[in-house]
Amino acid sequence: MRHLLSVADLGVDGIEEVMRVTDSFVEVSERSIPKVPALRGKTIVSLFYEDSTRTRLSFETAAKRLSADTMNFSVSSSSVKKGESLRDTVLTIEAMGIDAVVVRHASAGVPWQVANWVDAAVINAGDGWHEHPTQALLDCYTIRKEHPARSLAGLHVAIVGDVKHSRVARSDVLAFTLLGARVTLVAPPTLLPPSLEGWPVKVSHDIGGVLPDVDVVYLLRMQKERQTEALLPSLREYTAMYGLTRRRAALLPDDAIVMHPGPMNRGVEIAAEVADLPRSVITRQVANGVAVRMAVLFLMLAANPKEVAVLDG
Amino acid sequence: MAERERAAAPPYGGVFIPRKQVMDADDLQRAIWRIGHEIVERNHGVTDVVLVGLQTGGVPIAHRLAEALQAVTEEVVPVGSLDVVFYRDDIGIRPVMPEAVTEIPWDLDHRTVVLVDDVLFTGRTIRAALDALQAYGRPRSVQLAVIVDRGHRELPIRPDYVGKNLPTRRNEAVDVRDDGVWLGEVTKEARR
Repeated sequence: MRHLLSVADLGVDGIEEVMRVTDSFVEVSERSIPKVPALRGKTIVSLFYEDSTRTRLSFETAAKRLSADTMNFSVSSSSVKKGESLRDTVLTIEAMGIDAVVVRHASAGVPWQVANWVDAAVINAGDGWHEHPTQALLDCYTIRKEHPARSLAGLHVAIVGDVKHSRVARSDVLAFTLLGARVTLVAPPTLLPPSLEGWPVKVSHDIGGVLPDVDVVYLLRMQKERQTEALLPSLREYTAMYGLTRRRAALLPDDAIVMHPGPMNRGVEIAAEVADLPRSVITRQVANGVAVRMAVLFLMLAANPKEVAVLDG
Repeated sequence: MAERERAAAPPYGGVFIPRKQVMDADDLQRAIWRIGHEIVERNHGVTDVVLVGLQTGGVPIAHRLAEALQAVTEEVVPVGSLDVVFYRDDIGIRPVMPEAVTEIPWDLDHRTVVLVDDVLFTGRTIRAALDALQAYGRPRSVQLAVIVDRGHRELPIRPDYVGKNLPTRRNEAVDVRDDGVWLGEVTKEARR
């Protein structure tokens, strides 16, 4: 694995490999001293052109638990304010000697562009509406850990909400279906992409009809900051039609789990008390996120060196 | 030779071709029994002794050793397993992958830890294991039991309990299996 740009680059074998290595890092995270020296001497830069709490902190925690050095870049306090271009910014940072760049940007495709410019490994931490591969990996891992089936094969996953603006939905659909799950998108027509051609999913506009048949309900955040046009009459109407209220949560089968990529709008896509039910695994998604990102960083920076030295012994 | 070493030693992913059997199944069992008695003798019993098998080759040996200890002392000795991959000093130099999840579900403070591996060679795995153990506490002492000591140490590490001292050439390989110990070579030919 040279870069991690899209779930599609990994394929089934790649996802399985990340899952297997993640098991080892979950154990590391549970130790009283959750730190290993595996990436000593490596430098990892977070290049975030968009706001983020959990993804940036999750990558930073992962890097530190692997003993890598981390550098943080945020647009608001950088020379981008003075008009420096993305390319110049990236090349400047690379000139300092780095091993990996974690990129988040509001435009789709930026991580690919960055990967063309630098020798360092590039990880896509979210590009516009396009992809967020590490989120999909941690979601797959969480389902495997928390759902009694212990596998995604044959599970039915409903992804509910603002699919149109969601990179999480795009990466999750790819990953879940690669691992053999059935996916149903549940959203008002205005919050679905204009074309779903080629998406291996079903679509429903009736959440009450879908919930009794699902193993996982995955709620997306209403992305108010990306909604430039009036796609909904009001958030209250969205909640009334598509929100996971306590009443709707009661329709779920006994072993179904509730997921959300965060940050949650309690009272909009998910009722406050539903987010705290035992079947809600939202905080476990965050915990698993650190271990999954440790696995990704380890696989990219340590497991397969570019040049294999011939050592005896 | 464990899968771990086989994958990590050149030729990478090669296949072990046995040439000569150096211990049969009975020899191996007798060595495990003797090491068990030595552990009891050295530690005046097995109170506070825990066995930690190194992934992957040391783990089955550790379990057999625990059976021997239980037969001698009628006490159950806890057995854990340790994958040293994140502590290796060749990370970034050759391919390294985790083999199995480490299981050390106890605090090691004030305990005697007996590390168990199949073959002792350069000592680098043991160096990594000593480093890794620190994450689980401060043992009173750490001892090392191996089935085969084949020499060629690259670090100042020595075993406390040895099944067999086996002089080898560097390019040879030693494989410890349930049915005994074999000397041979790892070849590239059958690589797929």
